[in-house]
Amino acid sequence: MHNQLMVSLVGEGGAAAASAASGLTAWGWLLVALPLAGAALLLLGGRATNSFGPLLATGLSWASFALGAAILVAMLGQDPAERAAHLDLYEWIPAGGFELSAGMLIDPLSISFVLLVTFVGSLIHVYSLGYMEHDPDKRRFFAYLNLFVAAMLLLVLADSYLLLFVGWEGVGLASYLLIGFWNHKPAYATAANKAFVVNRVGDIGMALAIALIFATFGAVDFATVNAGVPDASTAALTAIGLLLLLGACGKSAQFPLQSWLGDAMAGPTPVSALIHAATMVTAGVYLIVRSHAIFDASPDARLVVAIVGAITLVYGAVVGCAKDDIKKALAASTMSQIGYMMLAAGLGPVGYAFAIFHLITHGFFKAGMFLGAGSVMHGMNDQVDMRRFGALSGAMKITWITFGLGWLAILGVPPFAGFWSKDKIIEAAFIGEGWQPWVFGLTALLGAGVTAFYMSRLFLMTFHGKARWTDDVHPHESPATMTVPMIILAVGSAALGLVMVLLDFPAWLEPVLGHHEHEHPVLPIPVIMGATLVVVAIGLALAWFRYVKESVPTTAPKGSLLTRAAREDLYQDQINSGFFQWPGILLTRSLNYADKAGVDGALSGLAAGIGGSSSALRKVQNGFARSYALTMLAGVVVFLGALWVIN
Amino acid sequence: MTALLTLPAAGEFEMADINYVAIAPMIVVFAAAVLGVLVEAFAPRRLRYPIQVGLAVLALVIAFAALVLPDADSVTGTTVAGTLAVDGPSRFLSGVLLALGLVGLLVMAERFGGEGPDAFTPMGAATPGSAIESAAARAGLATTEVFPLALFSLGGMMMFTSANDLLSMFVALEVLSLPLYILTGLARRRRLLSQEAALKYFLLGAFSSAFFLFGAGLIYGYAGSIRIPAIGEAAAASSGDLEPLLLPGVAMLLVGLLFKVGAVPFHSWTPDVYQGAPSPVTGFMAACTKIAAFGALLRLVYVGLESTRWEWRPGVVVIAALTMIVGAVLSVTQTDIKRLLAYSSVAHAGFILVGLLAFDITAVGGVMFYLVAYGASTIAAFALVNMVRENGAEATHLSQWAGLGRRHPWVAAAMTLLLLAFAGIPLTSGFTAKVAAFMPAVAHGGLSGVLLVVIGVLASAVTAFVYVKVIVLMYFTAPSGDVGLAQPALLSVVAIAVGVVLTVLLGVVPGPLLDLAAQSSTFVR
Repeated sequence: MHNQLMVSLVGEGGAAAASAASGLTAWGWLLVALPLAGAALLLLGGRATNSFGPLLATGLSWASFALGAAILVAMLGQDPAERAAHLDLYEWIPAGGFELSAGMLIDPLSISFVLLVTFVGSLIHVYSLGYMEHDPDKRRFFAYLNLFVAAMLLLVLADSYLLLFVGWEGVGLASYLLIGFWNHKPAYATAANKAFVVNRVGDIGMALAIALIFATFGAVDFATVNAGVPDASTAALTAIGLLLLLGACGKSAQFPLQSWLGDAMAGPTPVSALIHAATMVTAGVYLIVRSHAIFDASPDARLVVAIVGAITLVYGAVVGCAKDDIKKALAASTMSQIGYMMLAAGLGPVGYAFAIFHLITHGFFKAGMFLGAGSVMHGMNDQVDMRRFGALSGAMKITWITFGLGWLAILGVPPFAGFWSKDKIIEAAFIGEGWQPWVFGLTALLGAGVTAFYMSRLFLMTFHGKARWTDDVHPHESPATMTVPMIILAVGSAALGLVMVLLDFPAWLEPVLGHHEHEHPVLPIPVIMGATLVVVAIGLALAWFRYVKESVPTTAPKGSLLTRAAREDLYQDQINSGFFQWPGILLTRSLNYADKAGVDGALSGLAAGIGGSSSALRKVQNGFARSYALTMLAGVVVFLGALWVIN
Repeated sequence: MTALLTLPAAGEFEMADINYVAIAPMIVVFAAAVLGVLVEAFAPRRLRYPIQVGLAVLALVIAFAALVLPDADSVTGTTVAGTLAVDGPSRFLSGVLLALGLVGLLVMAERFGGEGPDAFTPMGAATPGSAIESAAARAGLATTEVFPLALFSLGGMMMFTSANDLLSMFVALEVLSLPLYILTGLARRRRLLSQEAALKYFLLGAFSSAFFLFGAGLIYGYAGSIRIPAIGEAAAASSGDLEPLLLPGVAMLLVGLLFKVGAVPFHSWTPDVYQGAPSPVTGFMAACTKIAAFGALLRLVYVGLESTRWEWRPGVVVIAALTMIVGAVLSVTQTDIKRLLAYSSVAHAGFILVGLLAFDITAVGGVMFYLVAYGASTIAAFALVNMVRENGAEATHLSQWAGLGRRHPWVAAAMTLLLLAFAGIPLTSGFTAKVAAFMPAVAHGGLSGVLLVVIGVLASAVTAFVYVKVIVLMYFTAPSGDVGLAQPALLSVVAIAVGVVLTVLLGVVPGPLLDLAAQSSTFVR
């Protein structure tokens, strides 16, 4: 497998092959091992680690970041074509014809993720030192955080779909543990459960995709798969692409598997910032971009990705307009922003780099805003109802300013980060032929306007207007362990976009994603840019009129039909239960009945039906050996009969 | 020893050539079982428990040494007039049976420091609720017959994986089953339920044995031999005249074996027996019977029936699919942890069948690896079930497991890990086992193989939901009642630790065992 890696060249993208890791890169396994060791130590060490555990976890996360940064520096010193390195770890599953070694692929794409995950992750560790200070289970919380960082790094560093799946399940587990961290509240347990179940649906897609990849390519590592794409049939590639998309939808809360993200906000706020905004939920986008060779070769699968992204970006934006819970509004916004990334990834080579670009800037500004929301909750007795906020700009200056920078970034106001990344996606959406650029482009444009409205609504309802506080709150600024990470993320929200443009981020990813010639959108770029700024301004103005000029009632008005639907997540839960839960329950019940009644029951039931009496049916009970024997006999007869018919 | 089993001419008796080294492990286990019976007859009551446990453990260790020490080449081949085959699969599975049997025996030996919480009735022969029974309980008697019974059963299982003709396979089947029927009826509490389960198991087992025998008769008529390799040769050279005997014969043989692995529609005994039997016996049965039965099934279909597989495989494909679906879906509504694990074992039988039906040498290794992974986890799971008590009785209703994570975090954590392994979550043995069993099916099973894998993935998602329900119950629900742990439980803790460590090890570094399984996948013919 290793040798194949050395010689394989990516067909479509023309990206360079990975060489064996050397020098600093050879220590890449420590990236995962450090936080993993922290998690193990804190979980197994028990109370003995209570005093130093959280600090140790934070330190290990920073150590991972430092190593990642050092690897990046080493990588920058190399020729772009030679930047990808492969690190063989050990023979993981040598099962006969299916040899799989666990290895890491350290290339510009994965190292970008490593830095995002470890940097934002470490900041959130620091923030949690303050936020969770008085929680009796602080140690367990930090253990889970470290576990998450390790699993997420494994996900992005894996060199095969199967190892990626390990990280994929690992982040799911950590997310599940952290959503249900305060497990004494039953509602939170339900939320954790929902996240798990919905994610399982996505994981079915992943598992089947891996099986199909193995059936098609005979291996599951990225290098062999990428090299084999030109020889594979389009139908197989499309099926793989769609299954991968199903997996991505589950993890990244994309339509139609988005219902869990809002409930996941039950977890502690630092968790929402790290897992459910900045990193884990973007894993789906990573998966699509990492599988670019498959999607490049299957325009149909790519089109579905773009459609899913477009639907979700509108869906999230609409839901975001109606939520009064500050965290749920931010969650809807995350969904919508990831929709943008999915749309970009679905556009193909024109969009991959911008999807990752937006993913990184979004990681900064959305994590910053979530931490801001946590800071607000900290000062407001853990309240989340924005109708009970207002005029907090005076009481919490640092939170106000840092949140404000994140808000300007997500709106796409120049020169803040979102302007550089989101506008690129809107431009890319206008590229193409036929109906697609118009539909996707206009959707992205409209989404930008709605985003401006609901984010301004959130920002203005919280920090401006009249104070609508409940009597017992005394808003105050949070301690430095919380504000410093917010300030750092705010600096990122403000400047990161420009910095990345100046450093030519898309070119940095070229060794992985291949070079792509610039194409022209169907509209001139200045027109698109101008239109974007206009819709953003309209959204902002609307929010200002409704939520600052007019007074905000402390209880939600009944609202229009759309508002009510949006508050209920556009009835997603109801639709889910109608379409998925009930058929499942019916299947279970009928099978259960058949099992209880057995063939005996069926025969008696027949007799009862003929005799016009149902009393015989009621007498049928489970547990009779004769009933079981009859079932077996019937099984034998059917088995024999079937074989006889077949032959 | 390649000659067919032929009747000797009148007056002369030909001594069968026996490679004693090759069958030494089996002899040790059977000899210890016989010794155990003598101990029951002659040793004083007080001494029986330590003697029996010591004897059984010693026997398993010696048998294991006798298995691994001889050079592989010197023992490989058929022996005892071709009735037993000692080869890679039989040696691998015998080793696994001995190792897991030892863990299972530790759980059976668990008496929690006194006779009170013991899982076994003080006197198996006493009528439930009778004066004799309560007198025996007051006297503090313990059932030590379980150890020789378990050894007999284990010996039968080892023989089952080596049986190279249909008659010795049948004998092994009975030797392994009869002690299990008795063991099932020995529960200390809810004895009527336990005895009912034992009777059901016996009746249905006898029923399935009849099918097996009938099938063996038909196949003898078809092939003119009961030796498994000869059946394969006869089928390959068949002129087609005797074809009508083949399919019914194959089907009935398969029914006999599929009953033992608990495949749908021959699974109906599983939940009742798993629930009624004492939990240590359930764990032993779930792990070891499955290993032995799949061992026999592997030999039968890979050596004897491979050349005719196009005629019967579609039927078994349907059975595998049904097994996965029914096992997974019915586990959803279970409210008793033992019944839940029973349906889970049904589903697992389906997953293993997926690998088996791939008909490739890599599948043999995959199936054997799956058996180890599942066996290790399941013994530990039932050992845990055996420890969770309310008022001395086993707390098997799921509602009694509510909040266990808060009262006994380590027990809940261990159970969570095992359940995650059953669900096939990565970095547990369950995941690598599924990969090892499903990948050959994708690669060599053709369209039906891929289809089975799709069903398998869907079914595992359903079972994952069930397991998570239990995990949620343990961690997120407020405790109710007075559920606690039976203690001290040193032996159980050892068994659980072995299961948990194997579950993690086989998930993270499955390499060595997978290698060993792959190297042990060649059958002698």
